[in-house]
Amino acid sequence: MSATTVPTLPVRADTSGERVTLPRLIHSEWTKLWSLRSTRWSLFLAFLSQAGLGPLIALIEMSRWSHLSLQDRLTINPIDHSLGGWHLAQLAIAILAVMTITGEYHTGMIRSSLLAAPKRLPVLWAKLIVFCSVTLVLMLIAAFFGFLGGQAIFTEHHVNVALSAPHALRTVFGAALFTTMTGALCIALGTIVRRTAGGIALFVGVFFVLPGLIEILPSDTANGIHPYLPNNAGGGIAQAIQDPHMFSPWGGFLLFCGYTVVVIIIAARLLLQRDA
Amino acid sequence: MIEVNGISKRYGDTLAVDDLTFTIKPGIVTGFLGPNGAGKSTTMRLILGLDAPTSGTATVNGKRYRDLAAPLHEVGALLEARAVHTGRSGYNHLLALAQTHGIPRTRVGEVIELVGLGSVANKRVGGFSLGMGQRLGVAAALLGDPATVILDEPANGLDPEGIRWIRNLLKGLASEGRTVFLSSHLMSEMEQTAEHLIVIGRGRLIADTDVATFVSTASYGAPVRVRAAQPQALAAALTAGGGRSTTLDDGALQVFGLTTERIGEIAAAQQLVLHELTPGQVSLEEAFMSITKDSVDFQHADTLPTDATTPVGAGT
Repeated sequence: MSATTVPTLPVRADTSGERVTLPRLIHSEWTKLWSLRSTRWSLFLAFLSQAGLGPLIALIEMSRWSHLSLQDRLTINPIDHSLGGWHLAQLAIAILAVMTITGEYHTGMIRSSLLAAPKRLPVLWAKLIVFCSVTLVLMLIAAFFGFLGGQAIFTEHHVNVALSAPHALRTVFGAALFTTMTGALCIALGTIVRRTAGGIALFVGVFFVLPGLIEILPSDTANGIHPYLPNNAGGGIAQAIQDPHMFSPWGGFLLFCGYTVVVIIIAARLLLQRDA
Repeated sequence: MIEVNGISKRYGDTLAVDDLTFTIKPGIVTGFLGPNGAGKSTTMRLILGLDAPTSGTATVNGKRYRDLAAPLHEVGALLEARAVHTGRSGYNHLLALAQTHGIPRTRVGEVIELVGLGSVANKRVGGFSLGMGQRLGVAAALLGDPATVILDEPANGLDPEGIRWIRNLLKGLASEGRTVFLSSHLMSEMEQTAEHLIVIGRGRLIADTDVATFVSTASYGAPVRVRAAQPQALAAALTAGGGRSTTLDDGALQVFGLTTERIGEIAAAQQLVLHELTPGQVSLEEAFMSITKDSVDFQHADTLPTDATTPVGAGT
C-alpha cells in the first residue's frame, strides 16, 4: 500500500465477545515468551544443563574408574550425580524469569501490556502460569533424561540405581520443582526491581552470596540461619542425600514456596500501586 | 468521549498536572497543545490509567480506563515513549496484543497492511526506524477498531509523506464519528488536522476552544493592514484617534492599537476612502507562542552570557 493512499479501516463484524480474560492473557504471554530469541536460548541451555550435565559427570566418573580410590568408588551418588545439572539450569531459568518482566520495563513493552490489560494483576498471573508451566514440563523431561542417561552410563561399573530406588523419583521431580519455583520467585523479583541487572543481582545475592556471608558469623548462629536460606531450604528436595542440619526435603520446599508467595504478594502490590 | 475532571498529578515536589478539566468530543480531531514539559504526556498517561492521579478523575466513555472490559476496543493509544519489545517482530508484537482480547489473526494482517508495514512485519522491531516504529504504534492503536483514539506526538519521526498519511488517517477516523485526541508540538500540523484545541502550560489549562477562536483571540492587538486613497490623511486621522501607523513598502499602512471597526469609523468620519482593511492574523504557531509564553518552563535567556566559558543554553 502506498503511503499516500487515504487509509481506511476495514469494517469489523461484531466484536462484542472480544474482551480481556485470563485464558486470553495466557495465550498472549505464550506468544510473547516464544517470540523472543533470548527465551529459546535460555530454555535450551537450561534443558541442556539439566539433561546433559549429569550424564557427563557419570561419563567422567566411569572413564576414570580405574584411578578412583575405593573411598571415591563407594561414595558415588548415582542419583545426585546424574541430576546435578539443576544448579546450572536454575541459574539459566532465574535469569530468563527476571528478564521476562524486566525486558518489558526496559523496552517500554510493559505500557502496551498494561494498556491491553489495565487491571494489571492478571498480566502477572498469566506470566507466572505460562513461565512455570513451560519450565516445569521442560525441566521434568530434562531431569528424566539426566537421570536415565546417567544411570545407563553408571551400569558400566554397576553403580546405577533404578527410578524405584529410595529418593530417586522424588529427586527427579524435586529438581524440576525447585527450578520452576525459583523461576516464579525471580519473576516476582523482576517485577519489584524492574531492572534486569538489579533483578539478577538480587537473585545471585540471595541465593549464592548470602550463604557465604552467613559463614562469617559464629558457627552456632550460622548453623541456626542456614536452613532458612532460600537455596538451602528449597534445594533439599532436589537432592537424594540430605544435609542433616537442613530441613526435610518437603518441609524445606514448603518454606521456599512460602518465601515465593510472600515475594509475589509484594510484587503484585507494587504492580498495582506504581505508575507504569 | 473523554472526560477529565479536576485531575492533578504530583511527582515529588513537581505538580506536573494541575487541576485540569476538559471534555473531548467524538466526531472531531481535538489537538492537545503545550510547550515541552507542560504535562501533555502525563495527562494522557493519567487518562490511560498508566499513572494514578493525585486527585481528580479521568474517564473514557464514562468509565475509568482501568474498568474497561475490552480496553483495546474502546481506546487505541499511541504513546510518545516506545512501548514495544525490540527483540520481537512487529507481527508477533501485534499478535500478542490481539490475543489478550481474542482479536483474530486476520485483523493483525489488516492493520499491518493499513500502516504500510507489510514488508517488514516479520523483522525484529529493534531494527525499525523511528517512522516505522510510529507506524507500528498506530497499528497497535487501531488493532481493536476503537471508538476513541489517543495519540501522543504521532508525527514524531515521520517524513512529510508520513505526516500527510497520518493527518488523513486521523481526519478519516474522526469523520467516522470516533473521538480523536492528539498531542503535538508541531503547530502547523495541528492547524491542518485539529478542529478543537486544548492548550495547557505548566500543567494548567490555558485554552479549550476551536482553532479559529484560538487564533483570533491571540490575534487581538496584532497590527491591522489598511490601504487608502489618501494614506497620509488617514495616517494623521488614525494618530489623532489614538492609533499608531507605519507605511509598508507597497504603500499600505500597518496600524497598531486600533481595531478594524475603529479604523473604519475614523475613516468614515473623515470621509476617507479605504481600499483594503485586513484584520491582523497570526498563525496558530504565533498564537500559541503568545498565549503560552508565560508558561514555558525553560525560557531562553534574552541575552547570551558574556562569559564565553558559560555553556550556551544555561537558562534563566
